[in-house]
Amino acid sequence: MNHARKGNSRSLGEWLDGHASTLFITPAVLLILIFSIFPLVASLIIAFSRFRLGAGSYRVRWVGLKNFEKQFFGSEQFHFLGTFEGMSTLGWLVSIIAIAASLYWLARYCFTKFWWLGFIGRIISALMFVALVLLFSATLLSGTQFGTLGVTLFYVFAGCALQFAIGLGLALLCAQPIRGRSFFRVIFFIPLMITPIGIGYAFRMLADTSKGPFSHVWQWVGLGDFAWASDPWAARLFIVIGDSWQWIPFVFIILLAALENIPKDQQEAAEVDGASGWQIFREITWPQLLPVAATVMLIRLIEAFKLVDLPNIMTSGGPGIATESMSLHSYFAWRTLDLGQSAAIAYLLLFVTVVICVSFFNYVVLSRLRHAA
Amino acid sequence: MIGKMAPGTAFVVYTLLLLWTLIVLFPLYWVLITSFKTAQDVNNGPFFIPWVDFAPSLHAWKELFVFDYEDTLRSYTNSIIIALLSTIGCICVGSMAAYALARISYRPKFGNIFLFVLAMIGGCVVVWKFGVDWKISIAVALACWFFLLKSIGRFFTKSVGNGDILFWMISQRILPPIVTVVPIYMMFQNLRLLDTHLALILTYMVVNLPIVIWLMYDFMNSIPIELEESAQLDGASRFRTFWEIVLPLARPGLAATTLLVLILAWNEYILAVFLSTSKAQTIPILVAAMNAGERGILWWSMCVVIIIMIIPVVFMAIFLQRFISKGVLLGAVKG
Repeated sequence: MNHARKGNSRSLGEWLDGHASTLFITPAVLLILIFSIFPLVASLIIAFSRFRLGAGSYRVRWVGLKNFEKQFFGSEQFHFLGTFEGMSTLGWLVSIIAIAASLYWLARYCFTKFWWLGFIGRIISALMFVALVLLFSATLLSGTQFGTLGVTLFYVFAGCALQFAIGLGLALLCAQPIRGRSFFRVIFFIPLMITPIGIGYAFRMLADTSKGPFSHVWQWVGLGDFAWASDPWAARLFIVIGDSWQWIPFVFIILLAALENIPKDQQEAAEVDGASGWQIFREITWPQLLPVAATVMLIRLIEAFKLVDLPNIMTSGGPGIATESMSLHSYFAWRTLDLGQSAAIAYLLLFVTVVICVSFFNYVVLSRLRHAA
Repeated sequence: MIGKMAPGTAFVVYTLLLLWTLIVLFPLYWVLITSFKTAQDVNNGPFFIPWVDFAPSLHAWKELFVFDYEDTLRSYTNSIIIALLSTIGCICVGSMAAYALARISYRPKFGNIFLFVLAMIGGCVVVWKFGVDWKISIAVALACWFFLLKSIGRFFTKSVGNGDILFWMISQRILPPIVTVVPIYMMFQNLRLLDTHLALILTYMVVNLPIVIWLMYDFMNSIPIELEESAQLDGASRFRTFWEIVLPLARPGLAATTLLVLILAWNEYILAVFLSTSKAQTIPILVAAMNAGERGILWWSMCVVIIIMIIPVVFMAIFLQRFISKGVLLGAVKG
């Protein structure tokens, strides 16, 4: 009896050991398949159907591309893309420049090195770029309002630029020979740990022009009655500032670690040779920082597309739809139980995110890494 | 090193650093003092310094901890349970997968993956068109796939490598949660798991898994392989090697990753909105709940909740910060 059990447990152990390679990776694969891939497919099906929740059950009806059509050409066009009233001269000018630039870029790729998969990828990126420039020309540059797609892109690019600029600046300051570096590091790290909800409400209090802490300043400048939340651009800017306050620490921490990792001998040699601080930064520090910087910005880019809680808390998408990001748009559609539309918008967001992030990864990050290697 | 800067430069550097310290701390200070204000203090214009400008009162704290303590406590324990368990699960599953991808060579055949997808699509079509129970359909589809795998699987030659699997797993992070949350919602509704801890724990695990795999993969790679090889020569199984050699060596990476994932799970909002209504309500939902009602926003109570949310994370971060600052995240970012 005892012997048998022993043999049994040994064979179990042997079986475990023999299948160790499978057992190690199976949980992760299963989790991703069930909670990531399956919902992704299901969401696609929902996006192509009209979905009604009933009492305890739901009905699905296939409607084809109707949900997407509505976003681009139908009743939801103003909401997703924006309002169109013809293109202004400036708009035409910018679009023609963008088209010419992408054609030049494609042509240069064809003449230097050609690989058909790379070419297809570049065509997709170029088309996306031209489409987005056209959208901006037809709405923003022609004096009409743009929809949630434009707002999302504004958050992503304005936010990332601001975070990179300030994050890099702070990292460079902290990399100087200063006292209390770890103190500053801990302090600067704090905003990253605070819930976005809390940040949203805290910034709402701070930005209040009549009861907030800066109300005296506002009154002194003559903006005492100015309400941030009722002006589209002020509201958008306000959300970008809140988002940046939270994410600058992330950029800062990683860039600082990268700066500290750069060997000091080259810098010191350059200093002995009489190079100025700016020259040292441009010729020595910056090239070594670039691979890390590109990757950090890729992470920020990916996360920035998901922004939803700050606009929800700070302005709930208002005034009108001026601060509504695509995630929020989808969430509002879900709240009115229009699941088909919600899924369609989510899929459009996914498409834009993937094309932009993959383009950034292929043309910026990979080339930087190759340069560094 | 210290004292190498010119006095003018030093002045500018310290001024800018202190300015940013102020920018970071001021919103927190404002939240802190608002939690001690009464409604009148908030509504009658800005007051900055307690005991000078206004008389601090504990009414908001009392309200949350004495009168409404059940609600507060429940959200708080919910948050702790969900954040802790999802982090532990995520770290376990993620570091195992990261170790496996760093050390074991996987060569799944293209054809097998294709067959799997085909079987799943077949299962879904059967459920949709003929109304078969989904459990039976999935089981049959899996059985078919397994049978095909054993019979014609060996004729496939093209395969994917570890790099592709790693990329597939990490790329899940690009997915905006809003894309997958509606089907996940319906899935949990079907399983009667909506508004339970388990639903949130599983979802958070999957959302944060790509980060864990990505950061830990780099760590596992940087551990010298000789130690593991000698352990294996001594007859230790893979699991023992992983548990007794790899994990202790990867401790700094584990600490940083744990902190990051814990913060993300602790602060998560949009998934919690979808998946919890009352019983599994987490703290961020409680913060947002201070907004509802005809009395407007209860700023003072909200600030209390925000503060009790921040405190544990700040302590933990200070405790773990030496791991983070040692360029732990840097290694992974360098690719």
